[in-house]
Amino acid sequence: MIAANVTAELGGRRGARRRIPVLPLLCGLVLLVVLVCVFGGTALAPDDPTAQNPLLSVSPPGGGHLLGTDQLGHDVFSLLLAGTFPSVVGPLAVALGCLGIGAALGMSGAYFGGVTDTIVNRFTDLVYALPALLIAIVVLGVVGGGYWLTAGVLLFLSLPYEIRLCRSAALVQVRLHYVDAARTIGISPARSLFRHVLPNIMPTVIATFLLDFVNALISFAALSYLGFGVQPSSPSWGRMLSQGQSLITQNPWLSIAPAVLIIITGASATLLGDWAYERLTAAGGTR
Amino acid sequence: MTIALFLLRRLGGMVVLLLVLSLLVFGLLALSPVSELTTLLGTQPSTPEAVQAITAEYHLNDPFLVQYWHWLVDALHGNFGQSIQSGEPVGSVIVSHLPVTLELALYAGLLVLVLGVPVGMAAGIRRGRVFDRGVSGLTIVGMSAPGFSLGILLIYVFGVALNWFPVFGPGGDQAADRVAHLTLPSIALAAGLIALIVRQTRAATMHVMEQDYVTFARARGISRPRIMVSYALRNTGLPIVTAAGLQLIVAISGTVLVESVFSIPGAGQLMVQSIQSADIPVVQGLSFFVALLVMVVNLIVDVAVLIIDPRTRAAARG
Repeated sequence: MIAANVTAELGGRRGARRRIPVLPLLCGLVLLVVLVCVFGGTALAPDDPTAQNPLLSVSPPGGGHLLGTDQLGHDVFSLLLAGTFPSVVGPLAVALGCLGIGAALGMSGAYFGGVTDTIVNRFTDLVYALPALLIAIVVLGVVGGGYWLTAGVLLFLSLPYEIRLCRSAALVQVRLHYVDAARTIGISPARSLFRHVLPNIMPTVIATFLLDFVNALISFAALSYLGFGVQPSSPSWGRMLSQGQSLITQNPWLSIAPAVLIIITGASATLLGDWAYERLTAAGGTR
Repeated sequence: MTIALFLLRRLGGMVVLLLVLSLLVFGLLALSPVSELTTLLGTQPSTPEAVQAITAEYHLNDPFLVQYWHWLVDALHGNFGQSIQSGEPVGSVIVSHLPVTLELALYAGLLVLVLGVPVGMAAGIRRGRVFDRGVSGLTIVGMSAPGFSLGILLIYVFGVALNWFPVFGPGGDQAADRVAHLTLPSIALAAGLIALIVRQTRAATMHVMEQDYVTFARARGISRPRIMVSYALRNTGLPIVTAAGLQLIVAISGTVLVESVFSIPGAGQLMVQSIQSADIPVVQGLSFFVALLVMVVNLIVDVAVLIIDPRTRAAARG
């Protein structure tokens, strides 16, 4: 689906060159800030996100609390910063896992073909036709697994997309002469795939990586919104959403801020992926 | 005739797939962390009589595959056992939750059709202009905004701050009340779909508008609406329908979340509540129902593709 999407749009994007990359730069900046918060969020937080203040239960912004406080008097802004870690690390791991396993499987499927390729393809067809997030909700809800099991299930469900896209990109490459040439001079399949084919399908790999990240981000948020999977110590954005929803009249920021953060992070990654794909394919074409 | 054969083959494949899925759905019971007996007993006191009744009803002493066989035969007769929560038959529990979900889906689907396709075509024709740029930017946001986040924002802006729409529950039985209650949830549910359909339609329209036959049709003096509908729309239809089918499947997950956000007592919320209260028979019944729905959607997409584009009929034959 994504492949169809991307290729369908390519034809129309010839005019995109004259656009100054303000937007992609902005998106990159957003993602950089998010990444900094993942590892330094707790340190950057103005207040201790675990510090309770029963006197300031559910207050609107003001009084030293930029976004107000929640039910137990936690500073919402600090909670958000600390919540970046559980909201983003899992999706990042899923996307990285997809990148490694998916690219390797997709490329070797395209290179070797055969039974493995067929099996992987059938599996991909199957998962394509199913509502992945719902499967994750049902399985994790019933099993009640932890954070990394959630990541595992989501990885399993998003792998097919990565495999398929890498496979179709690599399929074009392995038919080209340079792959034949590499084979002729005795370069091993692994080396020719990773050293020669991989750089040529990089645009697809990067774009898919970012898309996988967005999907996993949304899925993680959805699961923690519903309260499935074991919750990490500091509440993730999805968890904050569900806590804040009932208090929306008292301190709307408690639910609006995480909602906006999820949307902005997701949109930035999508836009950057789109842009990178265009840029890299354009650059690759002239090489 | 060969078309019929093609469809029959697809249908056969789906039956096989449904069997695989049903095995997985049945496996849910075994997956839950507590024993099957504890799960099925629920809040009943575990008197020997109750244990015996449950064991007999669900054939718990039989091997897994035999249990599955009994369950499957019952399931094919529409019998998924009783809800542990309410004690009612699972089928009737699901049926009683379906109407609201269908109304929501219908409303959202209408929004997608009425907004998505025309806006996408308009953007494709006015490619590169302000309208197109604005729409394209919005679609990126729309595609990455999950329904539940968007739902919260809609609740705040239109429910709390502006107080235009009610934000809780499905509303009463009067049509106007229903529509008012379902407006925000439908928007939340439809946003991602609209964004995707707009993008697909836009890309396809741009592609089609560059084709010689459109230039030629214009040169022959065929009116713009006619070019748009019988030339452009029909040729853009194929990717749109394929994408819509896939997206419809994604929307099934979306419904679960949106119903939870807006407290709509539909099938989606039933799913979440049943999972939370470990009401496995209901979860199984609903999952089976979703699997069936997914199969039907896929089949409809296959048929629609054949109807829209005669070229695919040749491919199906060969």
